[in-house]
Amino acid sequence: MMHFQSFSEFLAMGGYGFFVWLSFGATYTLLLALVVYSHFQQRQCLKQLADKLAREQRIKQYQESSS
Amino acid sequence: MVKLGVFIQRELRLLARQKADWLNPVLFFIIVLCLFPLGVGPEPNLLRLMAPGIVWIAALLSVLLAAERLFKDDYRNGVIEQLVAARQPLLSFVLAKLVTNWLSTGLPLVLLSPLVALLLNLETPAFVALLLTLLLGTPLLSLLSVLGAALTVSADKGGILLALLILPLYIPLLIFASAAMEAATMALPYHGQLAIMLAMLLFALALVPLAVLSALKLNVS
Amino acid sequence: MFKWLHPLAKPETVYHLCGRLYPWLMLLAVTLLLLGNIWGLAFTPPDYQQGDSYRIIHIHVPSAIMSMGTYSAMAIAAFIALVWQVKVAQWSVLAIAPIGAVYTAIALITGMAWGKPMWGTWWVWDARLTSELILLFLYLGVIALSGAFSDRQTGAKASSLLAVVGVINLPIIHFSVEWWNTLHQGASITKFAKPSIDPSMLWPLLISILAFKVLMLALLCLRLRTAILQHEQHRPWVKALAGAV
Repeated sequence: MMHFQSFSEFLAMGGYGFFVWLSFGATYTLLLALVVYSHFQQRQCLKQLADKLAREQRIKQYQESSS
Repeated sequence: MVKLGVFIQRELRLLARQKADWLNPVLFFIIVLCLFPLGVGPEPNLLRLMAPGIVWIAALLSVLLAAERLFKDDYRNGVIEQLVAARQPLLSFVLAKLVTNWLSTGLPLVLLSPLVALLLNLETPAFVALLLTLLLGTPLLSLLSVLGAALTVSADKGGILLALLILPLYIPLLIFASAAMEAATMALPYHGQLAIMLAMLLFALALVPLAVLSALKLNVS
Repeated sequence: MFKWLHPLAKPETVYHLCGRLYPWLMLLAVTLLLLGNIWGLAFTPPDYQQGDSYRIIHIHVPSAIMSMGTYSAMAIAAFIALVWQVKVAQWSVLAIAPIGAVYTAIALITGMAWGKPMWGTWWVWDARLTSELILLFLYLGVIALSGAFSDRQTGAKASSLLAVVGVINLPIIHFSVEWWNTLHQGASITKFAKPSIDPSMLWPLLISILAFKVLMLALLCLRLRTAILQHEQHRPWVKALAGAV
């Protein structure tokens, strides 16, 4: 059963709206930031590895063609 | 354990040559103590009230200051690497470091405590408590700072990192030492606090050298 | 048992296992979190004393519980890393520390937002709040130490050692803070009575706690994958993987 009568009442949280939404907002922001940052790190890491690999291969090719 | 004496002699000789290593933290301690009255005002009662906290925070910071350079030179010169590689008893090296670190940073604070009592208007019971807590507490400070220094030996940015690692571990000591002094100013018994400090000291004495050993080993491998 | 655990010490196996588990764990965590929080926010009656502000409990309590649970998980991983020299365990310490730090920060922020309407101030030097703050410092120490070395592997080992030292100290710190707290202030605030919680409020709370737990596992999977890649750069299987991207 839904406790609140209307959406505006839900937002007001019986006068404690600011505190409730502040904490939920902060929580979700922090969690989302952590998830996004972890994904970003993973992708960055793979990309760097691929770049490094390509560079190594280029150097190898260059050495082979010049010798 | 025969080596312990040799290592202590070596450390003391080094300290005698590099006086800044142990003089600077002591000077820092005195300067911090002088700054507090300038910051909060020279009211004697206020100072007496705040003295436990002031003294112990100053002591923590000055020991921290000394800790940073504890293993740095030996690491850079390759002494630690040689000791690990030669399978020398690293434990006596660590113990010698501990002893000399206390002698060079902890003991001066104990010896300076009469001056501190003068500066902060401490009465005799509080001064006795200060002396006792410093005697029991500074070895523990040395133990923890040696651990922090060993962990960060090969780190690129040691200084501020060391503070972040070690200061949270100092908190119990800070609490009990200042509580003992506070109890002394109110003429209450403070054996309990001293006993807990002694317990923490013995506990740390049993475990910290082992942690320091493995910290040094992982830093050179 | 050891035979069953043994493949888990092999980075490649762990990498692929985490990759397979991650989407499901994440999906489960998000579902549980939304379920628990929406239930708790909209479908439970308000507390008779605290009104609607008590709804913060649905994130405050899970994050506080899991901030400590994450520390013990990290300490167990660190212990395994130190005793058996399992590399995957060392990297888990690095992967898990930021999760714990974020949980601890959430517990602190929500605790403050709860304290303002209830106690009248954002911050009180309450024993639990103070311990939580010190816990955050311990996490930050582990994170800072892991990034301070030019050699990644040394950083991982040093962080493991620090985590173990921290977990030995944690009870001492907690006990002394509690003692200090009762010495310094009357029990007016700390004793704010914990009423036996109504089952209608308990269920969403339990779901939220489970959600934070699963989210920790999911993030651990994701972050451990990155840590494995970073430390195993020179292995053939990592090169094959990177070449395929």
